[in-house]
Amino acid sequence: MSSTPRTLYEKIWDAHVIEQRDDGTCLVFIDRHLVHEVTSPQAFEALRMAGRKVRRPELTLAVPDHNLPTTPRVDAAGNRVPIEDAESRGQLEALERNAPEFGVQYFGATAAQQGIVHVVGPEQGFSLPGATIVCGDSHTACHGGIGALAFGIGTSEVEHVLATQTLQLRKSKTMEVRVEGDLGPGVTSKDLIMHIIGTIGTAGGTGHVIEYRGKVFEEMSVEGRLTVCNMSIEGGARAGLIAPDETTFRYVKGRPYAPKGEDWDKAVAYWKTLHTDPGAAFDKSVTINAADVEPTVTWGTSPEDTVAIGGIVPDPMSFADPSKQRAAQASLDYMGLAPGQRMDEVEVQNIFIGSCTNSRIEDLRAAAEVLKGRKIHPNIKWGIIVPGSGLVKMQAEAEGLDKIFIDAGLEWREPGCSACLGMNPDKVPAGERSASTSNRNFVGRQGPGARTHLVSPAMAAAAAVTGKLTDVRKLTNDAPALA
Amino acid sequence: MEKVSTVEGRAYPFGMKNVDTDIIIPAHFLKTVTREGLGKGAFEALRKDPSNVFDNPEYAGSPIIVAGDNFGCGSSREHAAWALLDMGLKAVIAPSFSDIFSGNAFKNGIVTVALPQEAIDRLMEVAETDPITIDLEAQTVTTPFQDRWTFEIDPFRKYCLTEGLDEVGLTLQSDDAIRSYEERQQSEQPWLARGTGLAA
Repeated sequence: MSSTPRTLYEKIWDAHVIEQRDDGTCLVFIDRHLVHEVTSPQAFEALRMAGRKVRRPELTLAVPDHNLPTTPRVDAAGNRVPIEDAESRGQLEALERNAPEFGVQYFGATAAQQGIVHVVGPEQGFSLPGATIVCGDSHTACHGGIGALAFGIGTSEVEHVLATQTLQLRKSKTMEVRVEGDLGPGVTSKDLIMHIIGTIGTAGGTGHVIEYRGKVFEEMSVEGRLTVCNMSIEGGARAGLIAPDETTFRYVKGRPYAPKGEDWDKAVAYWKTLHTDPGAAFDKSVTINAADVEPTVTWGTSPEDTVAIGGIVPDPMSFADPSKQRAAQASLDYMGLAPGQRMDEVEVQNIFIGSCTNSRIEDLRAAAEVLKGRKIHPNIKWGIIVPGSGLVKMQAEAEGLDKIFIDAGLEWREPGCSACLGMNPDKVPAGERSASTSNRNFVGRQGPGARTHLVSPAMAAAAAVTGKLTDVRKLTNDAPALA
Repeated sequence: MEKVSTVEGRAYPFGMKNVDTDIIIPAHFLKTVTREGLGKGAFEALRKDPSNVFDNPEYAGSPIIVAGDNFGCGSSREHAAWALLDMGLKAVIAPSFSDIFSGNAFKNGIVTVALPQEAIDRLMEVAETDPITIDLEAQTVTTPFQDRWTFEIDPFRKYCLTEGLDEVGLTLQSDDAIRSYEERQQSEQPWLARGTGLAA
């Protein structure tokens, strides 16, 4: 045991290094591997061609999410509804074949446990504190919310993990994002992480693993922590971490793959050691004042283009960096916005509540609270609510949330990545705007020409009600008058 | 990957210069979910000509292509290497190769042998009727007619090819270390080792 104070990242890293090479590269053990249909087919194929097996099938969990349409998957007669798009169907069928062939647990399109990989992992107790978790998807950073070191990998690395249960990695630098004070009423974890990215920039965390520290995170639910860590990659960090605590242990306990009995006690005793030691040094540190965080929206085509809902579209010339000036101008051209325009006057036509960032039960409850007893505005042409998993869907239905959404005029869908990325039928039409709870407002991300404004679930619900980007606090404080 | 020590057999006398990866495998084959089966799309445009070398029964199943310089230029698609592999190819001999292609070929166990144009001209002749032998260990290319050329190869690549090691194979050289890590985890943190419980 080293006596030098270590950060949380260093503790998890050290616990997984199998061997270190002379050039500093480390062979690192991977505890959990999540697999979806898009980045895995060629990896499984490579194993087959090399005559290799999955080294530890019990450490991999496969579930389709990216391509899957969110419309009903079983017809009235109980038959599977085929996927129209041949390529999507092909990728799905490949995973359906590969998982059993290689002995990997698979939750298929119609299973109750199916959902977005980053919702399923924690929900099943497959993602655990202190574990190394990878997936062929950059939003794997999400699982840092339960205190796991989790990051995205490419297809060749997917193959490498399947075959060896390891990766060749170099140690990252450490970065502390410390948030002081408390968030105001109506300000959520999504607003906070968007504000953080707006502050540090999309390259602010490059080469680093971020640890989020401060009372705000200690008091935050696990769902909120998953939202925060999920978007670490939008701040350039491959992974984000929040130290596991009693809130985490309560969340994990009793889940299908969580430790049980004597193992549980041992696990918790170990997890309690997973925190940054007093005196441990970070390579970089940023402090954010929680009181400065307002309900936040994006105005541009980069997740760092954030502004408080009460703010205005910035003037591109207001940025010091000439390349940022050009990028901002290009963003405004694409978004159809002008400098000085008030954000709370921007009309939207589409609402998307879902994605690995914001599709957990707490997100749906937050949206339902705003939508209860209200109708969507006539501006809204298309509004969908996509639960993160079949189990989230069942829970929401048990709480009657689906009825609130449907009564309001929104569509209640099957679980999947949906309109977060233009890879399945859920797309935002060209030239139209969406208030979206997803994580990327990139050009064309939600469909060619689609204009995305990233928001929290409560803010998306507020936009659905008013037909424009809206400060949700006005609805929650003054509900009857605005209903 | 299979160990490669020698590649011996008939060769396609192709000879074309600047063969880009779009020629090797056109873009519309990139939507596949597999690395296998791309052989049917290999050289698709050229194979529309009935007299093309790849469909000539004389050369069916040849493990070697003899080509002109700058082979594999253009797009970085690894599908080009996958397509050649799927055709049953194990080596390409040409005056020069694009760096990306030769890296992709190497990853897939295909040997790229660079020889001067005079050697290529002679090999084009020999390939019409007789087999060619590439000896990776000795770094030579020979024919049944006493032709003999030596070629250069990166020592690391040679080692990987002759030992049949890809990146996964290299990691598995640390198999003992991985195994002892796994055993320690099994005893100290059994909850992590259990996973979904679906063991092989």
